[in-house]
Order: sequence, then C-alpha cells, then structure tokens
Amino acid sequence: MSTVVTAGMPRRSTHLGRSIVGRIGFLPALLVALIVGMSAIDPQFYGLINILNILRNASLLAIVACGQALVIVAGGFDLSVGAVVALASVVTAKTMAATAAAFPGNTALVIASGVAAGIGCGLVVGLVNGFCVAKLKVSGFVVTLGTMSATAGVGLMITSGIPVYGMPDSFVKGFGRAQLFGLPTAVYAALAVIAVMMFVQRRTLFGRYVYAIGGNVDAAVVSGVSIQRHIVGTYAVSSVLAALTGILLTAQVGSGQASFGGDRMMLQSIAAAVIGGVSLRGGVGRVEIVAISALFLTILGNALNLLHVDSRLQPVFLGIIMVAAVALDELSRRSKARV
Amino acid sequence: MDVVTDLKPAEPLLALRGISKRFTGVRALDRVDLDVHAGELHVLFGENGAGKSTLINVVSGTFPPDEGTFQFGGEDIRHLTPQRARAIGISPVFQEFSLVPSLTVEENLFLGREITRGGVLHAREMRKRATALIDELGFDLDPSQRVDDLSRAHQQMAEIAKALLGRVRLLILDEPTASLTERETGRLFELIARLKSQNIGLIYVSHRMREIRALADRVTVLRDGRHIRTLDAATSTDSELVELMTGRKIDLLFPTITHKPDKVMVDVENLTLADGSVGDVNFHARAGEITGVAGLVGCGKSELIRAIYGIEPIVSGTVRIDGLPYEFPAPRRSLKHGIAYFPANRIAEGLALSRPIRENASMTVLDLPAFARFGVLRQAVERTAIQGVMEQLQLRPPNIERTAGALSGGNRQKVMLGRALTRELTVFLFDEPSVGIDVGAKLEVYEFMKRLVEAGAAVIVVSSELPEVLALSNRLYVMHHGQIAAELTGAEKTEQNVLASFFREHLVTEVA
Repeated sequence: MSTVVTAGMPRRSTHLGRSIVGRIGFLPALLVALIVGMSAIDPQFYGLINILNILRNASLLAIVACGQALVIVAGGFDLSVGAVVALASVVTAKTMAATAAAFPGNTALVIASGVAAGIGCGLVVGLVNGFCVAKLKVSGFVVTLGTMSATAGVGLMITSGIPVYGMPDSFVKGFGRAQLFGLPTAVYAALAVIAVMMFVQRRTLFGRYVYAIGGNVDAAVVSGVSIQRHIVGTYAVSSVLAALTGILLTAQVGSGQASFGGDRMMLQSIAAAVIGGVSLRGGVGRVEIVAISALFLTILGNALNLLHVDSRLQPVFLGIIMVAAVALDELSRRSKARV
Repeated sequence: MDVVTDLKPAEPLLALRGISKRFTGVRALDRVDLDVHAGELHVLFGENGAGKSTLINVVSGTFPPDEGTFQFGGEDIRHLTPQRARAIGISPVFQEFSLVPSLTVEENLFLGREITRGGVLHAREMRKRATALIDELGFDLDPSQRVDDLSRAHQQMAEIAKALLGRVRLLILDEPTASLTERETGRLFELIARLKSQNIGLIYVSHRMREIRALADRVTVLRDGRHIRTLDAATSTDSELVELMTGRKIDLLFPTITHKPDKVMVDVENLTLADGSVGDVNFHARAGEITGVAGLVGCGKSELIRAIYGIEPIVSGTVRIDGLPYEFPAPRRSLKHGIAYFPANRIAEGLALSRPIRENASMTVLDLPAFARFGVLRQAVERTAIQGVMEQLQLRPPNIERTAGALSGGNRQKVMLGRALTRELTVFLFDEPSVGIDVGAKLEVYEFMKRLVEAGAAVIVVSSELPEVLALSNRLYVMHHGQIAAELTGAEKTEQNVLASFFREHLVTEVA
C-alpha cells in the first residue's frame, strides 16, 4: 500500500489534471469555449438583451434542475417537474384572480394566496410522488410518469388551455419583470435556491443522508438512517422548486398557462443534472455544477437559435451532448484504481 | 495446432515475466514473474491490495499489462481479451460471480458460446452437455433452475461449472471456498485433484492455510504488487508464509483474550423469525466476553443477530437488552440502545462506495447532537472525530476523503469498525468479520474485539470459520437448521464437539 507514495511522482501532472477534471468536469471549459466562440461569430450574442434573456432562462432551468439533481442523487427520478411548473402557474394565476375578485385592492393578500396555492400544489404532487416511491415501493420513474400525466391533465382542465389573466400589476411589473441592479428577479431567486441547496447538500443531515441513500440504500438502513422520510423529502423539494419556477414564469409572462414547463423542461432538467455530473447510479452530484450545466444548456440553445439552426435539429445536439457527458463519466469511473 | 503435445515437460504452461500494471498513479503490479506448469496447483498468497486480483485479471485478459511478457503454452500472447483467453483455454472463476441472475444455470453456462444451428439455439444439445458436465463434476445442481433461486454455494458451483465448460488448460480460482460448506469444499477438492490429473494447470487464490496445505504444489507470495518469493508448498511452514506475506513476524493469529463475564447484556427468548430461518431460539450474551455462534452456511446464525439489530422481522419471542425488553427492533433504535452490527457483506450492506471514508464512518452517529444541531452538520467536529478514529485504526493511506470504493477489503472493514468507535456502544454484533480480508487485517479485527471485550463490552461473533469462533469465543453456540444445537464452554469447546453437534442433529432428523 505504500506504492501510492513511490509511484505517484513521475505522473503528477497528468494525475493532477485528471483530478481537477474529475472534480469539476469538462463543463467550465466547454462553457468558456462556447461563450468565446459565439462572441466572435455574432455580436448580437453579447448584446444586453440577449444576455438578460439567457440569464433569465438559465435561472428558471437551474431551479428545476437543482430539485431534479437532489432526486437523482438519492437514486430516483422526477419526470413530473415540467407538469408541476404548468400546474403551479395556472393555480397561482387562478387563485390570484379569484382572491382579487373577492378582496379587491388587497394586493398583499392576493399575491400571498396565489404564491401559497402555487407552492402548495407543488408540495402535494411531491408528497404523492414521495409517498408512492417510499411506502408503496413503486419505482420513481413509473410514479412520476403517472403524476406527470395526471398533473398536466389537471392543469389543462383548470384552464381549458386558455391563458389565465387577472394578476395584480405589482406581481407582474413589480416582481416578474422587475430588475434589481440590472438583473431580472429570477436570477436572484435562482442564486438563492442554489445557495440554499448547496448548504443543504453539504452541511445538513438531510443532504448527507440523501447521499448515503443514493450511495447504498442497504448500508444506510443498517446505519440507522430512516430511508422513507428522506426519499419523500427529495421529491417534495423537487416539486416545490418546480412550482417556484412556475410562479416565476407566470410573474414574468403575466399570465398563467398550462403550456409552461412541459416535457421540454423535464428533459432539460434531467440533461442539466446528468451533464452536471449527477450519477444516475445515485450518491454523486453537486447542485452548483448542475446550475453551471443549466447555464451551459441555455447558452447552447441560444447559440443554436442565433446561428439559425433549424429548431427541429436542436434537440439532436442536446441528445448528443447528454450521451457524451454520461460516457465521459463512465470512462473516468473505470480508470480509478483500488488501494 | 495441438500445442499441448509439443510442450516439453519442463516448459511451463503459463510464463509471466516482469509484468507491471499501473492505475492512475498506483503501481498495482511491479515486475512480477509467475510460472504455472500443467498439472500443477499454484497458490497466489498475499494480503488484500498485494496485487493478486490484478495479476489474475491480467492472466484472464480483463486488462492488458503495461509491461512484461506473457507466454501461454509456449506462445507469446499479446492483446489478450477475456474472449480470447477463454478461447485459448484460460478460464477464470472470480469471487464476484459472472452469472446473470435472471437466466437459468444452463443458459449461464453457455452464455456467449451458445450452440446454434443456423442462428437458432440448439437447446437439446446444450441441455445434454450441461447435464453431462454437472454430473461429471458431481454437483447437485439443476440446470433448468434460475440462478437467483440458488443459494450462494450453488451459485459458486454454477460458476465453476461455467469455467470448466469447453477445453480448459488453465483454471483460475479466486477464493472458491469462501461460501462453501465443508462437504462442498470436500467435493471441490476432489474435483481439483481430478483436474490436476488431467494435466490442467491451476492458479488458486486463498488466505486459508488449511487449503494451501491440502492442495498446493507451489506458493507464490506477493506483497505491495511485488513478487516476494515462490516456494515449494511441501517444504515451507505456515509461519514462514505469513511472515513473507505481511513482511513482519506474526507468532499468534488469535490474540489471548481475558474474558470477564459480567451481567447479561443481550437475552433472547423463544425467538422465531418471519422467514422461518430461526425458530424458537434461546440465547444470551454477557458483557465482558465474546459469545460465538458457529454453524454451516444458511443455518440461521446471521439472521439471529440481524433480528436483534432489527433488520430481519421477528414473529414471536422477546429480546432484552441490559435487562429491559426491546420491542420491534430497528437499526436506528438499536444504535440508540448501544448495539452495533457489522454486516458480512460490506459492499452490499456496509458502505456507500461513491462516498468518502469520512461520510461512511460517520453515517451512524450523525443523529447525535455533537455531530448535528437542528439538522445542520458540524463538519469540523465530524472531521476531527473521524480522523482520530481512523488514525486509531491505522488506516493506510490515512486520507479520510478517499471514496470507499477505492479501498481494499481490509481498509473497508476498518471503515466499518470506525463506525463503532464514533459513539458509545455496549453490544457489538459481528457477522462473518473476516470474510474477504487478509491475515494482517484479520489480526487487527481480532485485536479490536479484544480491546472491546476487555473494556467491558458484549461481543457476539457469528462465523462460518470454525477455528476463528473457537479461538475467540468464551462461550460458543452451535446452530443447525435455525435452532441452537449446542452450547459449549471451556474444555467442551473443541472442533470435534462442534462437528459432532451438526452430526447428532443429522442423525436425529434421519431417524425421524
């Protein structure tokens, strides 16, 4: 076992390089290359409007992806996030419209009730997901496939597919479209979520147990970790974050729509998590890298738009990059030695 | 090209010269030489991490060596793959089974080399050959059974049968008896003798001295990835081998433990488990002594302590801890009551391999206020505590941020033991504590138990290794078919008596 000390010397540089790559991945390099390349090709890319647009979209995706990452780290899957975004959006808008009709002029109450209703319906979906996975032992994939379908259906039913208006101006103009120090509110929301999630992952019992459960459920059981509570927790967090995204999107657009989020958001959140180094085997993954990966995916989509790549061709790029990321992850896993 | 007949008798079947293999900065093999002759059983002996598994992986083509020459049957071999290795007659049996659980024994035997006619499986022919092979080997194995329905011992048989299908010239066995009962081990030894007489070369990895004595022609000792020496088995002594392996002198394998039996800490009355593996068992363990539980594989001895810890569901009976009834045991509450359990399968139930040592070792204590307040971890406390514990256990290398997956068996066991040192515990349940670890690590585990017992803890050791439980325990229970067959203390505690109590049970059941 003393070979570690003696053998490491001549290969130090490659070793060091590999360990950095192993820790953060190729993502920052790709991100920088993409930004530099696009700035050189198209000046429109670094225009203020485009940058704000990118940041806003990246923030929304990052929030959803953080929740998705937590579920995947625990060894699960949450397909329902996109549908929850839509449901939270319409529920928030409907509640605000109804409260505004009942208590005209009481803006604070209107906003509070709308936000509470939106977050609340996210929490309910999350608890249902978590309960079915933890107690009924149905696989997360199947459960969330079911709730995705059901949630999307409820969203359409509430609105009949028509956008819901009637929200207070202060919610839309004063919050959703407002800017603080030149940045949209969604960016601050995302930064706050990322900071809290980083804290949760690194410094809380919940975060640690989620890693342990994803790393080895049976070992966690033997170690006296209560599994069910924490699994329910991951799904609840994921759905609540998705609901938050729905509310931010509603405030920004100015109407509640059942077409928000959807399959695209769900697929992107999984892609962001996987490209951000979250292992589908569970037990590995950090939200800050997932957030960077969400930014990367958003910029990539934006770049493809600016380059006038056919929108039907764009998912092909996303697919290729996702598979490549997982392949790289496998490759680095395989080259590790045992001592 | 019948190479076998061309071979001069002096020329080895397998000749490795200067084989080296590196993994990201770690030199797993350092210029190792190995000769295996046809008809010879060559034992590879060494601690975990000595390079044995890397070497047999190189021989069986799992990964190529970085340098060195590889000759098989007098021919230079380059770019060996597992498929090619099998094709030229190198057949490995690894500890981790290469069986697909959802397929039958027969489907597994022929996996990758199915007999087909025009692309259609020739089921009858395969059935015939599988049956013929299993009959020849003398295994009691049904070729149409699914592998996941088999016991571990039977899976091991299927694995060996799979390796022997087709033309085999070199068979590699990696600790093949780890999950076999005495009788099955006897069968395996007969089989090995037969294979030797058919001029097949064997590489055999084992830590068990008894097996080396019974089987080996020559022994190659590896340490830290280097070839230390190759000796004739007949002229070498046990202590010489252990000394070469560990690089230090070891006089006694088992430490002398002073047992001072005190109050009863664990008291089990008429315990019956839901799956029927344990029926109506009465059992107790005192503080200050090691209570051993011996028995064959599958006799219910593991299930007994797992039930006490709260992993196996209980139907009836009572468990008392320190005189107080303990109802509905569950791992978390067991830890609160001061009970720790060390699972036999450290990969399946012990460690989260993707997580660092620190997190694995602290997993059982994070509910204590010293480690977390209001759900927020106190990382500095955690780090210093685990660093201290792992230093005490002499973790090598002493880096607690390495992932558990990067550790050898001995180090993994240390991480498990580390869990016990992080909180106040009074009862320690060890399930097969020395499975898969080498002599050096075994010694450390035994010393660890000695310290626990002498500090006044109650230690229960469940083991299939008879010498181990005999030497360690003060009182020994023998289990058979889910029941206590005998309780032995003092002078009665002999190998003969333990075996006799298995035997008596057999007689009783046969008469009935």
